[in-house]
Amino acid sequence: MSELLIPFEYDYMLRAMGIAGLVGAVAGLLSCYVVLKGWSLMGDALSHAIVPGVVLAWLGGIPFAIGAFASGMLAALAMAGLRGRTPIREDAVIGVVFTGFFGLGLFLLSLFPSNVRLQTIIFGNVLGIADADIIQMAIIACVVALALGIWGRDLMLSLFDPVQLVAAGGNPGHMRILLLMLLAATAVAGLQAVGAVLVIGMLVTPGATAYLLADRFGRMAAIATFIGASTGLVGAYASYFLDGSTGGSIVALQAAIFVAVLVFAPKHGIRATRRAAAKAVGTPA
Amino acid sequence: MDGALVRPPGTRAGLSVEGVSVAYPNGHLALRDASFSLQPGTVCGLVGVNGSGKSTLFKAIMGLVRPSAGQVRIGGEKVQAALKRNLVAYVPQAEEVDWSFPVGVRDVVMMGRYGHMNMLRIPRAADRQAVDAALARVGMLDLAERQIGELSGGQRKRVFLARALAQGGELLLLDEPFTGVDVTTEDAIVELLTQLRDEGRIILVSTHNLGSVPTFCDHVVLVNRTVLAAGPTPEVFTGPNLLRAFGGALRQHSLPEQAKAHAPLEAGHVVVLSDDERPLVMAPDGRVLGRLTQDL
Ligand SMILES: Nc1ncnc2c1ncn2[C@@H]1O[C@H](COP(=O)(O)OP(=O)(O)OP(=O)(O)O)[C@@H](O)[C@H]1O
Ligand SMILES: [Mg+2]
Repeated sequence: MSELLIPFEYDYMLRAMGIAGLVGAVAGLLSCYVVLKGWSLMGDALSHAIVPGVVLAWLGGIPFAIGAFASGMLAALAMAGLRGRTPIREDAVIGVVFTGFFGLGLFLLSLFPSNVRLQTIIFGNVLGIADADIIQMAIIACVVALALGIWGRDLMLSLFDPVQLVAAGGNPGHMRILLLMLLAATAVAGLQAVGAVLVIGMLVTPGATAYLLADRFGRMAAIATFIGASTGLVGAYASYFLDGSTGGSIVALQAAIFVAVLVFAPKHGIRATRRAAAKAVGTPA
Repeated sequence: MDGALVRPPGTRAGLSVEGVSVAYPNGHLALRDASFSLQPGTVCGLVGVNGSGKSTLFKAIMGLVRPSAGQVRIGGEKVQAALKRNLVAYVPQAEEVDWSFPVGVRDVVMMGRYGHMNMLRIPRAADRQAVDAALARVGMLDLAERQIGELSGGQRKRVFLARALAQGGELLLLDEPFTGVDVTTEDAIVELLTQLRDEGRIILVSTHNLGSVPTFCDHVVLVNRTVLAAGPTPEVFTGPNLLRAFGGALRQHSLPEQAKAHAPLEAGHVVVLSDDERPLVMAPDGRVLGRLTQDL
């Protein structure tokens, strides 16, 4: 029994669980906006596009978060520019840009195969993160949470009814840029917890799950934040025993919750909608 | 008290559209040199065929598209300044709204108050009162806790009307508020618009219900890629003007002989013009007689 408590005796485990929970919470909150905006693919693209920035930042000796963020923004610019100037459809533009950036990142990474810190950042292993990187992740998470605290309502309005935001004196274009920046920033933080390939899971699944459980934005945000935080914490904890991929356990856990909710959600779940339909036509369920 | 709702007379905001041209990025010139102006306390109908530029005109008034020439002035101010002062409220077309979005009726109406709140958009007591008052005015207080997708078409329209009321703008823009709405709801909306007019606001309504226009619009603006005519309804909403605005797009029926025999009209042809559901009936001299309330 006491074996289960072992992870709590190690400082590095406590730090890992704390940061995975924090990043999970912020990514979960942001995922609500991503899901409602219909930007899952965009989030995926951004989270892959930050990889070359991480390597270049390491080469240049600057904080990797800055390099990663710049690389994500560059990719977003490239996508916006291509979309306006070519007849190619948006999904193809996103696909081309993000695989291009990700490929470049992997290539750069292959030039430094023995660098453990880079490998940790890009493939995600929250147990192996350097303290300095944990601080970077925490700062990013807090900045994103603060930005959502300040502009979250305007952002929500820009997703629901951008013209009403204009009528209230706001600017939907600014909100689009804000969401892009928050996505890139959160992807940078999430990268180290779950890795570049899986970070999109943290940026979509909690929001999609909460969407099935809530009819109000506030409740949806609360549920998604809770799912993100708890799966981050539990995933980091579990990876002590599984001796491996934190990312795998966090994202798999989130997916399992999603499936359970999909089936059992009281109102929008598969069982509930069947029962309601059966009741409506007057046959016993 | 709320400044936007009670404004001393004399500071009311008029609307003027001066020589506005709008070209879309694909090169399509949707409006050319469009001009008209409206005084406070007016309900104005915006009438024209599909693609004539009604929605484009709304977009120009809200600053959503930048005119390539000309300007819009609201209360003498530029559009951006007027928006910052919460002078412009709008009611979206039903097709533009995501009805599965996780918001309730009350949340939507509260969005009308955002412009009155601080940057964090935290509602105060005055905002809550304005929301309740607006909901009561459109008769939706009982359904305030519903998710917006759980409403009927007419109720959905009322929610967005309530949002515009809660905002308390001086200029209210409604893009086709009567599509897909039954006669009872249409009458309720018209009643509300008339009240708002009496409070001294400007209401600009685009509609295809030609028959209803003379019953509630003081002014009419006829558009077809420019403003063809604008002014008081009796002067502008005439047969020749409508034929000019609609060309062949209008369904025109002359009544059969036996119907004419029963009709309390002078000799000659009664003309029924129809762009949509509610046909318009005109006397032979082009005078507007009213609308058909049922199909013959
Ligand atoms: N975003 C756009 N890009 C390019 N052209 C556009 C755009 N929006 C509208 N148009 C064109 O501008 C013209 C005017 O469109 P608008 O939507 O203003 O018409 P409308 O009078 O509102 O029509 P309806 O009665 O069908 O609502 C149309 O020919 C339309 O094809
Ligand atoms: Mg239109």
